[in-house]
Amino acid sequence: MQTHPYIPNSGPEIKKEMLEAIGVKSAEELFVDIPEKLRFKGSLRLPHCSSELEVRRHLDALLSRNEASGTLLSFLGAGCWPHYVPAVCEEINSRSEFLTAYAGDVYSDLGRYQALFEFQSMLGDLIGMDVVSLPWYDWASVAGDAARMAVVATGRHELLVPRTISPERLSVLRGYSEGLADIKLIKNNCESGQLNLEDVEAQISSDTAAVYIENPTYHGVVEAQGEEISRLVHNHGALFIVGVEPLSLGVLTPPGEYGADIVCGEGQPLGMHLSFGGSLLGFLACRDTEQLVSAVPHRLITLTTTGEKDQWGFTYVLPQRTMFAAREKARSLTGTGTALWAITAAVYMSLLGPQGMRELAEAIVQKSYYAMKRISEIDGLKVPVFDSFHFQEFTVNFDSARKTVRDINEALLKSGIVGGKDITAEFPELGNTGLYCVTEIHSKTDIDRLAAALEETLQ
Amino acid sequence: MMSGKDTGYHAVAWKEPIIYQLGRKSRRGYRVPTVEDEIAAQIGDVARLIPANMRRKEPPKLPELSEPEVVRHYIRLSQQTYGVDSGIHIHGTCTMKYSPKVNEMIARSPKIADLHPLQPVETVQGVLKVMFDFGRWLCEISGMDAFSLQPRGGAHAVFCNARIIRAYHRSNGEDRNEIITTVLSHPCNAGSPSAAGFRIVTLYPNEETGYPDIEALKAAVGRQTAGLMMTDPYDTGVFDGNIEEYIKIVHEAGGLVAIDQANANSILGRLRIGDIGADLCHFNLHKSFSTPHGSTGPGSAAIGVKKELSEFLPIPTVEFNGSRYYLDYNRPHSIGKAGEFYGVVPNVLKAYAWMMMMGAEGLREASEVAVLNNNYLIKRLLEVRGVSLPWRDAHPFRLQEARFSLEKMMEETGIGIADVNRRIVDFGLQDMETSHEPWIIPEPFTPEPPETTTKEDLDRFVEVLHTISQEAYTSPSIVKTAPHNAAISNIDRSPSTDSNRWAMTWRAYLKKRRNDQQ
Repeated sequence: MQTHPYIPNSGPEIKKEMLEAIGVKSAEELFVDIPEKLRFKGSLRLPHCSSELEVRRHLDALLSRNEASGTLLSFLGAGCWPHYVPAVCEEINSRSEFLTAYAGDVYSDLGRYQALFEFQSMLGDLIGMDVVSLPWYDWASVAGDAARMAVVATGRHELLVPRTISPERLSVLRGYSEGLADIKLIKNNCESGQLNLEDVEAQISSDTAAVYIENPTYHGVVEAQGEEISRLVHNHGALFIVGVEPLSLGVLTPPGEYGADIVCGEGQPLGMHLSFGGSLLGFLACRDTEQLVSAVPHRLITLTTTGEKDQWGFTYVLPQRTMFAAREKARSLTGTGTALWAITAAVYMSLLGPQGMRELAEAIVQKSYYAMKRISEIDGLKVPVFDSFHFQEFTVNFDSARKTVRDINEALLKSGIVGGKDITAEFPELGNTGLYCVTEIHSKTDIDRLAAALEETLQ
Repeated sequence: MMSGKDTGYHAVAWKEPIIYQLGRKSRRGYRVPTVEDEIAAQIGDVARLIPANMRRKEPPKLPELSEPEVVRHYIRLSQQTYGVDSGIHIHGTCTMKYSPKVNEMIARSPKIADLHPLQPVETVQGVLKVMFDFGRWLCEISGMDAFSLQPRGGAHAVFCNARIIRAYHRSNGEDRNEIITTVLSHPCNAGSPSAAGFRIVTLYPNEETGYPDIEALKAAVGRQTAGLMMTDPYDTGVFDGNIEEYIKIVHEAGGLVAIDQANANSILGRLRIGDIGADLCHFNLHKSFSTPHGSTGPGSAAIGVKKELSEFLPIPTVEFNGSRYYLDYNRPHSIGKAGEFYGVVPNVLKAYAWMMMMGAEGLREASEVAVLNNNYLIKRLLEVRGVSLPWRDAHPFRLQEARFSLEKMMEETGIGIADVNRRIVDFGLQDMETSHEPWIIPEPFTPEPPETTTKEDLDRFVEVLHTISQEAYTSPSIVKTAPHNAAISNIDRSPSTDSNRWAMTWRAYLKKRRNDQQ
């Protein structure tokens, strides 16, 4: 076999040299620890090794069987939202130092620690919280972590969750909290789509560890009762967890200002591509109390000083609390999370700055409101289903159209349009309904094209 | 008199301010896409639409920088970060192999980057085929029957496997609540099943063999045993030769066996844990399958199970009906969703490309050279004064890595691994992996030289350790006061445990400083 381009010591001469130094005749002798009878004697049925050119051609042909934004106009969101990714984000997350670093300490990885501290800091300013951890897999997983923190902090084992939660997220959350907390669903107000406070009062008790809300909700509704909910939750000695979509906070009051104890959410909009749902990062934050900080499952970086003036240092906070050291006593997961995306999000937030964040959120509101207006002009469609302020996403009800969302979406696809997510089965009470997402990437022409195609389909 | 600075290396030292200390008011690094006049005119003022109490009163207090300033700041921070591409990178338990550049190019293509996870399946046949084929390849490598690519990392994979073990027992009407693990297994083998609600029993290694006795396991199993979850090979580079016997014992007690093969580098093409009888296993794509570690993520892991357990895998699975790939949600016994959508798909693509570059023969070659590198390193490191290798008599040759001890050096000089790890940075190397806790080996360090390491790098690494050892025995203060050539030194670690001084955000730092000054 030829020497492999990734394996510098694969030549016969160098192997011989190394084997001689070790004092064995063949590399096989080095595998002595694996009992002979356990060894695999066959050869693996895998593709033969290819050249780089062959790999690229093969994958290029395979991936060309996908249809992405070049050929399709999509209005899908529902937990993974299309936004423009500034070139600088890609430049920095392609830097091979960030891309290929891992677990070095501060003296070898100073820049990584600083970039991650800056992520914690800027996210903290966006959401209005003092403590932010290194991020984890996705919004659902950090909602699970938040629930776990609440159980640890309160010693209670019940979690109240809105009926309007993303079903995808609820399924993950159930897995995360199996054996830890019972999940009870809180009704929403049918007209506004916001939380039904009477139902919160009916269900909250001295067993409630936390009440969790999402803002905006899965249906795009902005929950405006944060302060009331917070009061209610705290009167019962429970914790208030708020899950947020971060770009909305360019114009919306951050959860830290309406009483959230723990904040979580999805950071993908902060500079990550859609990637078939494979570039998510869940962020987790809490108030700066010893009790909550001790319950955070993930790494936390603190700013500190060094012996020298005007020089910053960094170090981990309470490292003994996580699974790395506490093993089964931590009763929570940590490990390889999504740090490269945290660095990317830091770059994104520093590019946009305070004004950019506001302007972007305003642009998303204007475009999505324009889309709602255009679609609502089509006979028989109810847009949105709920009477509340919406951010970025909204429901379109097709009950009077005599066609299912699935049929409509199939028809739209023939014109190169991917309609909103069909949520009819997820929320039967809403009827025949799709969840549409409109962001800054959609032009007026795109939105008009959608409206025209819908109109044509429904004729 | 040696100063400690004469090492031929100095780190980039920018004294880079925190980003909040840079820029100035009204600068911007990005122009938001224009909203068409017609839309703006029709919709009007956004604030008017928002309920008054939900209108953000002040914009977030983010820094204000132009694009060139942002780029320079983060380029400087990247220069102060030590990646696999930066130098000798043999951080153990992590399989820090080279991540091929072509894989990055492929994974960053708009053909994958711009795909929405909820697009109709007929528009995503290419990526589904990649996921399906990759799963089949992993079956071939592991001897398992079905794979899920959903877990986002090793801890998550073990968590999913623990939940599958529970679902399996429940389906048999049993509520077994105990998981047995071994102390030299990765901490997630204890932590993840604990998070899933299991009680944990930990077995300790025999002083001579380096792994637990058969009798210890026999004493631990019972009707409460849901399963054995352990790492093999261990981070000591020792293969637990009792594995076949363990599997038999646990099966006889009615439990399942899940083997953590996050670091599979030494067994690729040589050992298939499914053939030996394990019921579940997992691989980390960011370790054995070359995807970059991303400064600690995104990683990706894959869990493999035997046929009898495939019904419990997370939904959706990727299936093929002879003409079309699809996502199968109709699996009533599944443990449910493991995470949102389908996993870290770009990493699956990178690992797929890597497998094509390697082929079956390349995988075997990778494992041979990784083990050759490791044993060469062991041979040479044991020539360094103060270094020893626990269980050397029983296991003179190790697989992918080895866990050494500086106990002797500590006893003789007062210099231990913490000091050596600060000093090694002065030579342009990264601090070494010590050991997961608890430290059953005193003053441990764990280098792992994957197949992508050169012999020259191994020689250089040994040479540096020789130098540091010599310093420890002759001028220990150089080591004690290290680092001397890093970007910074003398970090004040005390805020780590002091809630009045820790500051995880700049806003918290400003508040606490204000309080101090009052």
